[in-house]
Amino acid sequence: MKKNVLLKDVAKVIRSKNAGPFEITLDIILKNKSEYEKLKSSGVITKELISELYHLPIDKIIHFVYFDAANAIKITIPRPRPQGSVGEIDMHAAQQHVPLMNILIRE
Amino acid sequence: MIRYTIKGVDFVKKNEIRILTPTAMLGYGFPEKWFNKGLEMEPDVIAVDSGSTDSGPHKLGLGDMTCSRDAYYRDISKLLKAVYDKKIPLFISSAGGAGTNEQVDTFLHIIKEISKKNDYHFNIAAIYSEIDKDFVKGKLQNNKIKPCGLVDELTEEEIDLATTIVAQMGVEPYVKILEEKKDIDIIISGRTYDPVPIAAMGIKNNFDPGLCWHLGKIMECGALCAEPAGKVIFGILKKDHFKLVPLNPDNKCTESSVAAHTLYEKSHPYILRGPGGVTDLTETTFSQLDERTVKVKGSKFIPDEKYTIKLEGAKKIGFRSIFVAGMRDPIAIKNIDEIIDHVKKDVEENFDDIPRKDYKMIFHLYGKNGVMGEHEFQKDFVPLELGIILEVLAPEQELSEAICSRARTELLHAPYEGRIATAGNIALPFTPLEINLGHVCSFNVYHLMEIDDPISLFPIKYLEV
Repeated sequence: MKKNVLLKDVAKVIRSKNAGPFEITLDIILKNKSEYEKLKSSGVITKELISELYHLPIDKIIHFVYFDAANAIKITIPRPRPQGSVGEIDMHAAQQHVPLMNILIRE
Repeated sequence: MIRYTIKGVDFVKKNEIRILTPTAMLGYGFPEKWFNKGLEMEPDVIAVDSGSTDSGPHKLGLGDMTCSRDAYYRDISKLLKAVYDKKIPLFISSAGGAGTNEQVDTFLHIIKEISKKNDYHFNIAAIYSEIDKDFVKGKLQNNKIKPCGLVDELTEEEIDLATTIVAQMGVEPYVKILEEKKDIDIIISGRTYDPVPIAAMGIKNNFDPGLCWHLGKIMECGALCAEPAGKVIFGILKKDHFKLVPLNPDNKCTESSVAAHTLYEKSHPYILRGPGGVTDLTETTFSQLDERTVKVKGSKFIPDEKYTIKLEGAKKIGFRSIFVAGMRDPIAIKNIDEIIDHVKKDVEENFDDIPRKDYKMIFHLYGKNGVMGEHEFQKDFVPLELGIILEVLAPEQELSEAICSRARTELLHAPYEGRIATAGNIALPFTPLEINLGHVCSFNVYHLMEIDDPISLFPIKYLEV
């Protein structure tokens, strides 16, 4: 029986963090070059997918960049609210990566 | 008493600059063992950053420091011993966290105290980075200010509301000091672009600015670029590359760990904006020299046509009170939305003399969507327990406490459909039941300002201790 492969199975790092007080940046670093190339060419991770996972219009995505040197994808999106003010739920935006973990990479 | 000056190494002839960084954040402490090992490697400069906006707008809004004075005293003591014993200059940037003038002076006081106690003598330069509000208003009128990212356009009103405004200085004030004072022992700067203290010696001595900035960008986080992440790191800047090695032998810099670090806490992986230009890593290569050392080359610096600096400021927006409660009754949990609506309505009725826009009530529901809020994607489950925090913001602390208290009692006794636990809806862990958290601040200045002279905006003061 084939097992579904999720992003968390092929990634070494999936993390979120502030990039300044008004942006959240999401880093996905793959375990190796081969997984990275496979993922890059598969086109599974798209702006459309990020838009859906983070409930954002596509044109609000600030950066969506493949970074070959680190086998990484970087996605930067707006913070839902300015950092550290009223209603803050995640000062460092360190726990906003979870929607990425279970992206289905291949079946 | 022996007066001394630093050794006055001619870096240009030496063809390399050796930099020791003890930690990513001065005040968090660092392992002396590995720092001392770094000192044996003959660094030309010890450079460490102490600033960040990452723990929120409080530091700029209220003048709070990131760490306690005691924590800074401890770390600076270790550094000054090295400066004095080994005659290695020390650069510390973004004093105190926010880098306000007061925080620079606090660092100077700490240095004076330690020096007096140990009979140290130093030549010190302090660089200040608060920007006069009238100057900022003038720039605003001349259309020389624009938002840095998603912040609103700046207005005169917001300039006035900001407690203080600092600007991230570039490397130019450091270079000026190094040119003017050959025997400088210590530079303490206010708010500074993080890589500056690491890049400064290289830029002053005409090393490739792309390499200087990239090295600075990596080393300002200490040995975070290593695997596993460490604290103390050593960088060697050469004419066409730089090398990085962590001091703790259990940490390794690898091609992938250093390349991956390039992503950390930054908006874009290979275009890094700073004062006066952009560091472009498109053609950067990372190669493994030995098991723990990585060589980096190819990073480019592209100067901007118009020099801009980033302004930072925060304002006070009111006072916060909270209560913390738990909920376990499954019937109550099923009806949580109805209960919260009831509580909000009750508070509004009870405080109908206060305009509704003057206060905020925000329920944080841990177990439901406390961490991701509106981005929570999992909705089809019933939590076993709910952790409930009500956050109230109001113009005065007494009022935020009163609203919080009213909401708490109403939440305790609110009716809901199918209620059979009629004694109380929540479990309260702490007294006081309401907790006052003081001022709430908000970043309101985060803008790029065009300037003509990257030196004169940042006054330099020389002193001897």
